[in-house]
Amino acid sequence: MASSTHGSNPDVNYITEFKGIKSWFTSLDHKRIGLLYMCSIFFFFLLGGIFALLIRLELFKPGSQFLTPDQYNQVMTYHGAIMVFMVIVPGIPAILGNFFLPLQIGAKDVAFPRLNLASWYIFMAGALIAMSTLFLGKIDTGWTFYTPYSIKTGTAATIMVLAAFVMGMSSILTGLNFIVTTHKLRAPGMTMHRIPLFIWALYSTAILQVLATPVLAITLLLLAVERTFGVGIFDPTLGGDPVLFQHFFWFYSHPAVYIMILPAMGIVSEIIAAFARKTIFGYTAIAYSSLGIAAVSFFVWGHHMFVSGQSEVAGVVFSFLTMLVGVPTAIKMFNWLATLYKGNISFETPMLYALGFLFLFAIGGVTGIMLAVMAIDVHFHDTYFVVAHFHYVMVGGTLMAIMGGMYYWFPKMFGKMYNETLARLTFILIFIGFNVTFFPQFILGAMGMPRRYFDYIPAYHSLNAISTMGSWLIGIGFFLGLYVFIEGIRKGPKASANPWGAKTLEWQTSSPPPHFNFDVDPTVNAGPYEYK
Amino acid sequence: MFWISSAHAEKLMPTAATDIAYQVDSLYNFLLITSFVACAILIGGMIFFAQKYKRRSVNAKSAYITHNVFLEFLWSFIPLVIFLAVFAWGWLIFHDMRSMPKDALEIHVRGKQWAWEAEYKSGVKTANLIKVPINKDVKLIMTSTDVIHSFYVPSFRIKQDVIPGRYTALSFKATKFGEFHIFCTEYCGTQHSGMLGKLHVVSQEEYDQWLEEESKFSTLPLAQKGEKLFQIKACSGCHSVADKSVKAGPSLYQKFGTEEELADGSKANVDESYIRESILAPNAKVVKGFNAGVMPTFQGQISEEELAALIEYVKTIK
Repeated sequence: MASSTHGSNPDVNYITEFKGIKSWFTSLDHKRIGLLYMCSIFFFFLLGGIFALLIRLELFKPGSQFLTPDQYNQVMTYHGAIMVFMVIVPGIPAILGNFFLPLQIGAKDVAFPRLNLASWYIFMAGALIAMSTLFLGKIDTGWTFYTPYSIKTGTAATIMVLAAFVMGMSSILTGLNFIVTTHKLRAPGMTMHRIPLFIWALYSTAILQVLATPVLAITLLLLAVERTFGVGIFDPTLGGDPVLFQHFFWFYSHPAVYIMILPAMGIVSEIIAAFARKTIFGYTAIAYSSLGIAAVSFFVWGHHMFVSGQSEVAGVVFSFLTMLVGVPTAIKMFNWLATLYKGNISFETPMLYALGFLFLFAIGGVTGIMLAVMAIDVHFHDTYFVVAHFHYVMVGGTLMAIMGGMYYWFPKMFGKMYNETLARLTFILIFIGFNVTFFPQFILGAMGMPRRYFDYIPAYHSLNAISTMGSWLIGIGFFLGLYVFIEGIRKGPKASANPWGAKTLEWQTSSPPPHFNFDVDPTVNAGPYEYK
Repeated sequence: MFWISSAHAEKLMPTAATDIAYQVDSLYNFLLITSFVACAILIGGMIFFAQKYKRRSVNAKSAYITHNVFLEFLWSFIPLVIFLAVFAWGWLIFHDMRSMPKDALEIHVRGKQWAWEAEYKSGVKTANLIKVPINKDVKLIMTSTDVIHSFYVPSFRIKQDVIPGRYTALSFKATKFGEFHIFCTEYCGTQHSGMLGKLHVVSQEEYDQWLEEESKFSTLPLAQKGEKLFQIKACSGCHSVADKSVKAGPSLYQKFGTEEELADGSKANVDESYIRESILAPNAKVVKGFNAGVMPTFQGQISEEELAALIEYVKTIK
C-alpha cells in the first residue's frame, strides 16, 4: 500500500482505492472511520429528532394529545439520551475530528488507527445496547438518571446506564488518540502555535474526554451496582445519598457541555477565517481560551445544583467560578467579530451557518450568565428557560457548527459540490425554525413553566403552540439538508482541491484525499491563516 | 381584599408576591438590559461588518491584523466586571432567600409521588394546598417520602429540592393576597406535571378561622372524614369520583358493590376487604387496563380508623 504510487492517478482516492462493504468495516483509515461515524450519528440524529418532534406535538395543547404520561416521559428521555450521548458528544470529534485532525496537521493517519476503529465498534456496541432498551422495557429517567428515581423506576435504566458507560469508553479512546496524534504526528515545521484552531479545540476537548468521562463511567457503574445488587450508595432507604449522584453526574456532565461546544467553536474559527479571507484575530487568545475553558469547566458543576440543598458557600463558589468561565467565551465571540472587520467576506452556506452560530450562541451565552446568577437561577432552575438556554447553546451552537462544518468540508470529503441554493434554504429554514421553537421557551420559563412536563396549565398554551410550529420548520430544514447531502454525494459536480481558497493543510491535497492523505509529506513554515 | 388571578399569561414574569420577588425582578431586568446591549453589540456588529466588508472581488486583499492587546484587554475586562457585579448582586439576594427567619410559622411539607402534603403544628393536614397568613414569615420544613421533588412557587421566585432522607427548608413572607401555583420542578415520574398545588395567601383572621375548622376534623362523621382524607392522602390525584373518567388509576365512581375485572383475567367483588387490600397492597389485585407499581402502598402510613373512614366514603361515591 505504498501511497507514492498512485499520486499520479487522480481517480484513486480513499473512497475508490478499496472496494466492498468489508473494506469499510475493517478500514483503519481515519477518513473512512470518520464516514462510518457520520452514517451512524446521522441515523441517531434522525431518531433523536423524531423523538423531539413527538415531544413538541404532544405539547401543542394542554392535556393529552396522543401520548400517555409514561410514554411522554420515555420519549423525552430518549430524545435527551440519544441527542447527548449519541449525537452531540461524539458528533464533531468523531466525524469531522477523525476526518480532519490528521489532514490539518499534515499526518497520514491518527496515532493509533486500530484503536480508532475499535472506538467506532465500541460506540456502536453502546448504541445498540441503548437501542435495545426500546424493546426491553424502555426508559423514563430523563437523560440525567437522577437518583433515587432511576433506582426505583421499573424501566430498563440499568441497560441504558451500561450503554452510556460503553459509549463513554469509546469517547475516552478517541480523546486519547487525538491527544497523542496532536503531540506526535504534526508535519515538520508545524509548531503548536501553527496548528489550526479546530485542532486546538479538538485537543482541549480530548483532554476533557479523557479526564471527565471516567467519572461518569464510575458513577453509572455505581448506579448499576445499586440497582442490581441493592448496595446502598445513592438510595436513602439503603443509607445512600441521592444528592451525591448529582455531584458525580455533573462533575462529568458539565465538562461534557464543553466537550460538545469547544469543537463547534473550532469549526466556526475555521469557517470565519476562510470565508472572510482573513487571518483570525487573536489566534493565541482563541487557542488558550479553549484550554482555559476546559480547565475551569471542571470546577463549575455545582451551578446545576443551586437549589439541590447544597450549602450557600458551595453555591457562591460555583457561581463565581462560572462567571470566570464566561470570560474566555466572551473573548472568543469578540475575536470572531474582529476577524470579520476589514475582511473580504462571502456568504456561502458554511459561512451562513457560522454567522448563525454567532447569532444564536450570543443569546445562549448571555442567558447562561443569567442562569449562573444564583438568585435568578432559583427562579429559572428546571424551567423551560433552562431548556431554551441549552438548546441555544447545543443546537444553536453545536448543531449549527456541525452543519456548517459538514458543508465546509463536503467538497474535501466527497470530492463533489452540493447544491448551494438548496443548502442556503436549509440554513434559512433551520435558523428561523430554531428561533420560533426555542425563543418562546425563554418566556415560558420566565413565566414559571417547569421542564419535563407532559401537561401544563392553560396560561402556557399559546407559546407552546408557537414553539411546536417552529419545530416543524426545523424538521423540514433537516430533511432538506439530508436530501442536499445525499444528492450532492450522488450527482454533485466535481469539486476542486480548494474551492474556498482556504489556507489550512487539508485544502492542499486533492479532493477527496488519497489513502495516506498527502502525495508529498507537507512541511509548514507559517501559521494556518496567512491571508496576506 | 383583592384577588390576583393565578393565570398571568399577559406578563413576562408571574405576579411578584413577596419582597424577594421584586428584588429578583430588578436584577433580572438589569440582566435583560445588559444582555440586550451585549447581543446588540455582537449581533449588530456582525451584521454591520458582514454588510460592510462583503466580498466584491475575489482578489481583493483583506487586512492583516493578528491581534490588538488593548482591545483584547477591554473585551476581557469589561465582561469580567459585569459578570462579577451580577454575581455579587445575585449572591446578596440569594443570601436573603436562604436566611431563615426566627419565630416563623413552621409548616411541614412532604413531597410524594404525586402530591404535596402539608402538616401544621396543630395537626391539621392538607394535600396540594398550603394556606398562610399575609405578611407573616413562614418556614417550610420539607422532605420526600420517595424520590426527589422540587417545591417551586413562581410568584415567590423560590424553589428548593425536596429530598428523601433529609430535611431542606424554605422561607418566605407573602405580601399579596391570592392563590399561587406550586409546581414540582424535579422530574419524579408518571404524574410529574400533575403534581400541582396551591399556595393560598389569606388574612390572619381568615387563616385562624380556617385552621380552627380544619381542627374539628376528628369529630366529623366517618364518610365526611373519608372524603377529607381522600383529598389529604391525595387519592383524588389519581382516582376520579365525579364520573367514570380514568386518571392514573381507575375511577371510583359507583364502584362499590360492583364486580371488577382484573389484569390477570379473574374477577373481584368490590367490597370492604377489597378496598382495604387495594389501599395497603395495591399490587395484589390490579384492575384490567392498569399497571402494577403505579400506586404506592399505604401500608404503615394509614391507621385503621382512617381506613374505615375511606371505605365509608367510597360507599357514598355515586
